[in-house]
Amino acid sequence: MRRLIIEAVGPLALVEDLGRPGLAHLGVAGSGALDRGAARLANRLVGNPDGAAILEVLVGGLRARVVGGGTWFAVAGAWGPITLDGRPVAPYTAARAPDGAVLELGTAERGLRYALAVRGGIDEPPVLGSRSRDTLAGLGPEPVRPGRELVIGDEPEASVPALDQEAAFAPPDETVTLALRPGPRADWFTDAARAALFETPWRVSERADRVGVRLVGPELGRRAVGELASEATVPGSIQVSGDGQPTILLADRPVTGGYPVIAIVAAASLDAVAQLRPGQELRFRHA
Amino acid sequence: MTGRLLPSGEAALLVECDSLDEVLALHDALAADPRPGLVELVPAARTILVAVDPERLPLESAETWVRRVQGATTSAGADRRGPVDDEAIVRVMYDGDDLDETAARLGWSAESLVARHSAARWRVAFGGFAPGFGYLVSDDWPFEVPRLDAPRTRVPAGAVALAGAFSGVYPRESPGGWRLIGRTDADLWNPDRADPALLAPGRRVRFEAVR
Repeated sequence: MRRLIIEAVGPLALVEDLGRPGLAHLGVAGSGALDRGAARLANRLVGNPDGAAILEVLVGGLRARVVGGGTWFAVAGAWGPITLDGRPVAPYTAARAPDGAVLELGTAERGLRYALAVRGGIDEPPVLGSRSRDTLAGLGPEPVRPGRELVIGDEPEASVPALDQEAAFAPPDETVTLALRPGPRADWFTDAARAALFETPWRVSERADRVGVRLVGPELGRRAVGELASEATVPGSIQVSGDGQPTILLADRPVTGGYPVIAIVAAASLDAVAQLRPGQELRFRHA
Repeated sequence: MTGRLLPSGEAALLVECDSLDEVLALHDALAADPRPGLVELVPAARTILVAVDPERLPLESAETWVRRVQGATTSAGADRRGPVDDEAIVRVMYDGDDLDETAARLGWSAESLVARHSAARWRVAFGGFAPGFGYLVSDDWPFEVPRLDAPRTRVPAGAVALAGAFSGVYPRESPGGWRLIGRTDADLWNPDRADPALLAPGRRVRFEAVR
């Protein structure tokens, strides 16, 4: 049986697939890879179906040994040094790791989250139909720690495709612009607040994880004082807490929230949020 | 009924209702007449999120469907009891730390609170606080109690509680500000079960006092 033996882990490494949609009414968020495009790309590069489980590696610091047979692997998402037995490997490209080889992901230079796919996927037991770790609800495979052995699934039918590197775009390290759609409670905010959302630059705070990314910028004032009864949110919902600061809610958010949602990050911009680094500047535009 | 349809991204609509009764009536009406491509209905206190797969059910079509069902539904038809064939029995040891004080707030004895709570026919109105947590309402329970001033940092799994007009059961250990009136060993949340949440929205519930 082919396995990945984890020898070292940086800040956080999680098993993720495309999540468990359709269970919010039971209090379970969708979860899943935060950069879904990166997870899909890494899987496609090794011939996996899009929904195969990957390792989502925050920042870097991962060292893993391949045992029980060689495997193809690919890394997408964050951009940084990748080595196999000490030799550099190109990102966004399928490579073959022989039995016993050691794979290392160094500190990301661009973006924040690597998606590491192995051919066959990571075969942890699914919970509610998904192998995703939901960090808030505590569902799915435990966060990966040194010593952990992750089983690699059976080889998929599809062969490793002959793709070149043209699909490779490293996450930007300068200002990122995200497209927004109107939120359900935009009318709770002053005209000045709604204008400021689009006209001023925002900064990613240190409070950024899979639950949400809190931004720093001008205070977004409310038109009326009132209490919102908690209501369901979707990934990308920008809720504004009582102090006027926005938070982009992500895959592991609570399924309902009591703060008004001023806008929603368009689906096409949502993956970029997963790669924002604390301190990075971002701007919003209308979708 | 009418009610605004609010934007909620590319794959959902948020339907705003005037009351919880409207939420319950519309939830049941939509659930009874689903469209292909509907992912789920997520009810809350005043809203229902209608989540769709936009490739199978475009938002415009979902909007038309919701409007049509709204037009054919009245909140007078709200059923706080849920379908008869879908009832969960929750056996409760009524010995919660807040039982006496909560009863006193309502002007009752503890025995009277237990009798009323276990006689009421409840329905899960919505979820949301944690996996498997349900906000329960009942026509037989027109009473309200405030949350605790200082939430507990640790409420044990199975704690049966009251807050506002709702009753609920904590599916697992967590912080919480509800008033604890009892405990149950019912299997409230089990991800390995086909029906993981015992207290799923729409389900009818009865509490049974045990000693």
